[in-house]
Amino acid sequence: MPDVHSLVNEFVIKLNKRQLEGSKTTAKLTAELLRSFISQLRLPHSNQAGALIDAVKEVGEKLIAAKPVELAVGNVVRRVLHIIREEDLSVTNAAVGGLNLASESDDEDNNGEYDHPVLSASAVAAAARNALRPPSLQTLLDDIPHSAAAPHTSSSGGDSEGKSKSADSLRRKLKHDVIEAVNELIQEISTCHEQIAEQAVEHIHHNEVILTLGSSHTVKEFLLAAKEKNRSFRVFVAEGAPRYQGHAFAKELAARGLQTTVITDSAVFAMISHVNMVIVGAHAVMANGGVIAPVGLNMVALAAKRHAVPFAVLAGVHKLCPLYPHNPEVLLNELKSPSELLDFGEFSDCLDFGSGSGSPLIHVVNPAFDYVPPDLVSLFITDTGGHNPSYIYRLIADFYSPDDLVVRRKSAS
Amino acid sequence: MVAKKGSRGGTVGEDAGEELSRVPLQAILLADSFATLFRPITLERPKVLLPLVNAPMIEYTLAWLESAGVEEVFVFCCAHSKQVIEYLENSNWLNQPNFLVSTIESYNAMSAGDALRLIYEKNVIHGDFVLVTGDTVSNMPLTQALKEHKERKKRDSNAVMTMVIKQSKPSPITHQSRLGTEELFMAIDPETKELLYYEDKADTSKGTLTLDKTMLLDRSSISLHNDKQDCYIDICSPEVLSLFTDNFDYQHLRRHFVKGLLVDDLMGYKIFTHEIHSSYAARVENYRSYDTISKDIIQRWTYPLVPDIQFLQNSLTKLERRGTYRASDVGLSRSAKMGPFTVIGSRTTIGKHSEVSNSVIGEDCVIGSNVSIDGCYIWNKVNIEDGCRLKHAIVCDGVTMKSGAVLEAGVVLSFKVIIGQNFVVPAYSKVSLLQQPVKQDSDEELEYADNSSGNIEITLPNTADVLEEELRTEVSDLQIQAASEVGGAGFIWSVGEKGLEEEWRHSVAPISADRLVEIIKSAADELDISNAESNILPPSGELGLDSGNESDDGRDDLTHFENEVEATFLRAIHENVEEDHIILEVNSLRLSYNLASTDCAGALFYAMMKYAVDTPHGSAGELLKITDGVIGKWEKLLKYYLLSLDEEIEVILKFEEMCLESTKEYANLFSQILHLLYDKDILQEDGILRWESEKEQADESDKVFVKKAEKFLQWLKEASEEED
Repeated sequence: MPDVHSLVNEFVIKLNKRQLEGSKTTAKLTAELLRSFISQLRLPHSNQAGALIDAVKEVGEKLIAAKPVELAVGNVVRRVLHIIREEDLSVTNAAVGGLNLASESDDEDNNGEYDHPVLSASAVAAAARNALRPPSLQTLLDDIPHSAAAPHTSSSGGDSEGKSKSADSLRRKLKHDVIEAVNELIQEISTCHEQIAEQAVEHIHHNEVILTLGSSHTVKEFLLAAKEKNRSFRVFVAEGAPRYQGHAFAKELAARGLQTTVITDSAVFAMISHVNMVIVGAHAVMANGGVIAPVGLNMVALAAKRHAVPFAVLAGVHKLCPLYPHNPEVLLNELKSPSELLDFGEFSDCLDFGSGSGSPLIHVVNPAFDYVPPDLVSLFITDTGGHNPSYIYRLIADFYSPDDLVVRRKSAS
Repeated sequence: MVAKKGSRGGTVGEDAGEELSRVPLQAILLADSFATLFRPITLERPKVLLPLVNAPMIEYTLAWLESAGVEEVFVFCCAHSKQVIEYLENSNWLNQPNFLVSTIESYNAMSAGDALRLIYEKNVIHGDFVLVTGDTVSNMPLTQALKEHKERKKRDSNAVMTMVIKQSKPSPITHQSRLGTEELFMAIDPETKELLYYEDKADTSKGTLTLDKTMLLDRSSISLHNDKQDCYIDICSPEVLSLFTDNFDYQHLRRHFVKGLLVDDLMGYKIFTHEIHSSYAARVENYRSYDTISKDIIQRWTYPLVPDIQFLQNSLTKLERRGTYRASDVGLSRSAKMGPFTVIGSRTTIGKHSEVSNSVIGEDCVIGSNVSIDGCYIWNKVNIEDGCRLKHAIVCDGVTMKSGAVLEAGVVLSFKVIIGQNFVVPAYSKVSLLQQPVKQDSDEELEYADNSSGNIEITLPNTADVLEEELRTEVSDLQIQAASEVGGAGFIWSVGEKGLEEEWRHSVAPISADRLVEIIKSAADELDISNAESNILPPSGELGLDSGNESDDGRDDLTHFENEVEATFLRAIHENVEEDHIILEVNSLRLSYNLASTDCAGALFYAMMKYAVDTPHGSAGELLKITDGVIGKWEKLLKYYLLSLDEEIEVILKFEEMCLESTKEYANLFSQILHLLYDKDILQEDGILRWESEKEQADESDKVFVKKAEKFLQWLKEASEEED
């Protein structure tokens, strides 16, 4: 236990100090941390799922508070909570089934544990998608008391059974299943680039011109996948002020044999008429289909809209955030150091507070992100396929439980 | 010395690379500034624990060292060492997994030099280390500077230190940097970045700097900067510690150590600089830099060490519009106005119609209604009642300001001071519950030694002092005693001998407009004076440049004299001055330059020939004709000075020199012109022959013109024989 806590603390410190960059690595590390946390957690005999959820929520709250602007952390925490709920449901179902074939289920627990949970989890997930959470407002409202009651039914089911042995195995099974599912999640996060890149051929065609801004690992994989399939196309890279990661990005693409052109961010409008498609990465995708993306993308999206150029956003599902951009928990932006914009020494005489009113005359603001509203986005390409912005809320219903939307408030109360 | 040699041999030896990679990066953090600029606050709490934008300064330093990859930090505590150690024990720093923090306590260290000597004795530093003070705010990455330092060290074992500098222009009016420090002059080798000269206490009134000329002996150029800021971040080799031990008189890191190394060329130790551009580094040295750095933090130059990122266990703070940071549980009245660049800590409440701008307010403060706060730093648990007005002040923990009290610009209220109703605290005053120590350091030079001895006084008896004072406050004896002073509790400290004159330089308050006007005016006056002075002196220019060398003086005077004579002669030609007047003028010149009359002849002849060659001409023949004309015209003038054979020889020698150096056109006409001069009776037969005989002893190369004039000489000799 204490070592898990120190792990959690270390991760919190890393997030705090902004030592982690990129939502993919952060998401993966969060999932791995939660996995080791769950595996070391000792569960009580009754209401295991509830206890597990509470414990994960407690850790999750810490992690989210450490770096609120990194939405991927919250997403992964919510995904894990959702996994716990689903696995709990499947275990309960299995237990209900096990009433009929008690001895058989015992055998299964001991020998064939591996097959069963995967089967049941996917089956229940499908069931949940179809039956439990239909995406209408009314059922969503109805659903809340129902799913909140779910842990209770599970525990009562376990108690009514009266068989301590099967309850024990059930407990182990729940934890085991959850860890299995989290492993799948980690797998999913680490392979999301390939999954997205596989679809490249469907979107990039011969002799097309693709525009992108700044640097994104997902976009790079995507473009290179199309190149490997012998599509010949050209890429315009907007340099992505103020960090100018586009320069290095263009170099990487050129090194892999892609015809690349570097333009300034301000030249996007001028060049957009040459472009067949805009493909960019995202920081997070919100529940309404809006995108939080590196600064400058809103301008690109507007240019694309104006010239009717398709605007595609690549995002792994770990970037899907169940929150709406107007939610108070969502910190839309982070202001980075002004030194990325200008050299402190050059401007030091303007920043002399020793004279005048004592308040600075120059103020430099360096926001990291832009918000691109959903109506500017033509298509989301995720590892589960291409989606319309209006479909995002439906995807979110698949991956998240509505109970977990606010991680903090729930556990605080 | 032996120890030093041993360690040097170790680092330069064959296993150098291995050793460098093996030794973990260490840092020495001096949690004591060994200065008194933050008094009276530092009488009660060590400087490193003073809050800077609601976090103790040492947190910034430690957080930076950790993120920069330092693995082991030795915190050296001296003044209030108990408080520092207690603070570190309560924080998380002492049990970080990959970041070892240990404290070294001392009661009698009086300076940074003492501290380093003590650390050397402890023998805990094994490799290159980072030397910083506990009031450094930075986000610079150390890897590049470290790499440079190690590479230099490998090439040259005398490169013992790398100093981090940053561009920052000093104000042209007050001659101080934005951090309130004196204008700093540095001479740096532009190629190797070696530091050659360091002067932070330059006498601005004198307006001169003295650089050693030998600096340019083995390098082609040096660059002299006044726009560099010393960040007080040094990457040192272990030799630095032993150097401090060897030179027991080194106290101050810059004033003694750096200057000592630069001056001492026996040992040949070198200091290099590393300039940072995009990252931030600064040290809280005085109240002005406290203000400036706070504002830099609020403007996020120190990212990620900014208030809304919880690099320490502070409460959740959100960044809002116009650079305001507000903790989540602030009680802000609806009608209260929160201006730009303001930080408000948690659980603080602000009453109706109060206005706060450009300020930092700590935790658990209660601020009444109709209060106006501008540019202030208010620490924790401060109680400000209705209608107070504060401008550019520092208000420490536990202060109470009764209703209607006013703080004028630059006021510092130390811990638990009470300001009475409607009391106006005058500008730049410092108020403390503690009485000002009687001892005042007067001598500028002795300041450091005295301060350090004063430090003991602070550490030991002061704790008792504080207790006593607190007791007295309980008895409210003090309130009665001090009531007359501030209408509450506390003593107004009198300012040092420098008085208010200097107080504004380092205060939190910006320098007021009138003051700036005053400074500009006095600077202008000074300039006038210095201009007037320079008018009295002979025109500076080239004279000033070379005047360093004694032996050059004579020759300089001569060339100068020649120039003057030439100018006089030209003027005579253009303005048709009479010959007598020219003679008078040349004579007076001769007297003022203290030269012989032979020089006059030479100079005058030189001037004539120069004039002749400067008049436009085509062929050599034409030139000869012009020369003929000029000499014919001024024959009398020249003859006036040709009193004896000596002058004649001087003229010929001068002519020869001209042919060789300045006006080579005459070289081919040498014999003709010599003949011409003979014809005009300017040169006597004897003079020319004497010149020839003088030349006989000379080198072959010197005889060029003798040979050229051989025919003429031959003819002369024959003519004289014929006469005989």
